[in-house]
Amino acid sequence: MNKNSPLALLFNIVFLTFMLAPLVIICLVAFTSNGYISLPTNGFSLRWFRAIFEDSQFVDAFYLSIKLGVVSATIAILIAVPAALAFARYDFKGRSVFMALFLSPMMVPHIVLGVAFLSFLTTIGWYGTFIGIVLSHVIIVMPYALRLVLSSVVGLDQRAEKAAVSLGASNWVVFRHVTLPMILPGVVGGWVLSFITSFDEVTMSVFVASPSTTTLPVKMYAHITETIDPLIASLSALMIFITMAVMFLLDRFYGLDKILVGKGK
Amino acid sequence: MNTLSNPVNQVRPYLLSSPALLLYIGLFMIPLIMTLMLSFYSYDVDRGGVVAEFSFTNYVEVLSDSYFHGIFFRTFALSIAVTVLCVLLGTPEAYILHRMSGRWKSICMLAILGPLLVSVVVRTLGWAILFGSKGVINESLLAIGVIDTPIKLMFTNTGVIIALVHVLVPFMVLSVWASLQKLDPMIENAGLSLGASPFIVLRQIVVPQIMPGILSGSLIVFALTASAFATPSILGGRRLKVVATTAYDEYLGTLNWPLGAAIAVLLLVANVIIITTYNKFIERKYSQAFK
Repeated sequence: MNKNSPLALLFNIVFLTFMLAPLVIICLVAFTSNGYISLPTNGFSLRWFRAIFEDSQFVDAFYLSIKLGVVSATIAILIAVPAALAFARYDFKGRSVFMALFLSPMMVPHIVLGVAFLSFLTTIGWYGTFIGIVLSHVIIVMPYALRLVLSSVVGLDQRAEKAAVSLGASNWVVFRHVTLPMILPGVVGGWVLSFITSFDEVTMSVFVASPSTTTLPVKMYAHITETIDPLIASLSALMIFITMAVMFLLDRFYGLDKILVGKGK
Repeated sequence: MNTLSNPVNQVRPYLLSSPALLLYIGLFMIPLIMTLMLSFYSYDVDRGGVVAEFSFTNYVEVLSDSYFHGIFFRTFALSIAVTVLCVLLGTPEAYILHRMSGRWKSICMLAILGPLLVSVVVRTLGWAILFGSKGVINESLLAIGVIDTPIKLMFTNTGVIIALVHVLVPFMVLSVWASLQKLDPMIENAGLSLGASPFIVLRQIVVPQIMPGILSGSLIVFALTASAFATPSILGGRRLKVVATTAYDEYLGTLNWPLGAAIAVLLLVANVIIITTYNKFIERKYSQAFK
């Protein structure tokens, strides 16, 4: 059933072309056999994909970004879950102030966070350390983690927990065996969105990253400002393929819309 | 929540939120306050760089120099242009999506929202490849005879605007789509059955109801354009500077951290003022819709 007019469908096609064109062109150019940016007119070649793995700087930056995303998303979730429980269950003094504070990094431009963290980390001597960049990413992803966890805690039926308490379960047992399984979708969604946000972040990381803690997007940004070559296209294509695979898996097991809704502000 | 009088329950919310609170004080508020302080310091190469003496030098410099006026004005104009284009493209697209169903709807949603999960650097690279003088856009326009000489898109405002619309329009679609979800289809049908043309229904029934979505989407797009860094930097180059790339150059190019900090503080203040006044305006005008 489709209620759209032909004109609307044409608009839809133009819009989708616009959305996909830059990604499609990267995936095509990535397979060129030439030494410069060009469409693969004389046959598909994997030459530039091999070149990525021979470049140790890109490989190192990739592993660093993965590690950074996993650690900062995990820390953010561990902090967001108790905070979300406090917000959803208790009406306490300062509740709305805390909430506004915890969500506020979304309002602050990443460039401002970047300059702030650069000064801060340099002052305390943590510039160029892994822990320094992790902490800056925790601040960036916290609002996303908090919002998705919060959405699963709010409206949770508390009777099951009360039943467990009345049967003599300790607080920890109630949380581990009753609460956590019920809020798991929000926790998983929050973790995934946090990981993706951290993995893709470039504006703040440009300031915080040192030569020894260069994340993949920062390395790619630096490379693109120098030169646009097939190597960077094939690396970008690889990231698009990985994202597509992750999206497919998420959609299959979780529902992509549940995560993407958290992206909006 | 009849247990509020219980002393344990008065302490517990603070205990639960204390890790987050400590994190935000130590790693969010302190760095921002430090940046604010830094913006009042001055920079003097002869005296070894940053001089920790309170002065308004940086703010005077930024607010009086026509070079910085140009940069702030360009950023503002860019944000307006991108926001308007996102409204014009994103709103109809959200409505079309809303009227679709089944498999096609999810495929289209995926194509529009999927790019949000791909790094901005990658998406901008795609436009850089398309924009080149030997890029696909120019080659195809030349081939079909629309233009005789390649149009310049790399390092132009037009190029930056196109790419930023691409990066940010999914937020607009999401925002409008969310408000369309609350729309009662029966009202549209009532309008149609009473003899209104589809256009009248759209204009007088649909648009007023999704206005909050359009407005909050605009706010997101505007704020994100005003502070965009990677896209203007890659596609605008050195000549088309915006606020974010200027702050970057002051920090990592000329190493004048206090001046860079002042630019960042001004960007933050402008952002907060625009967001809060806009929010107040929306809430006053559409308080009904948020109930």
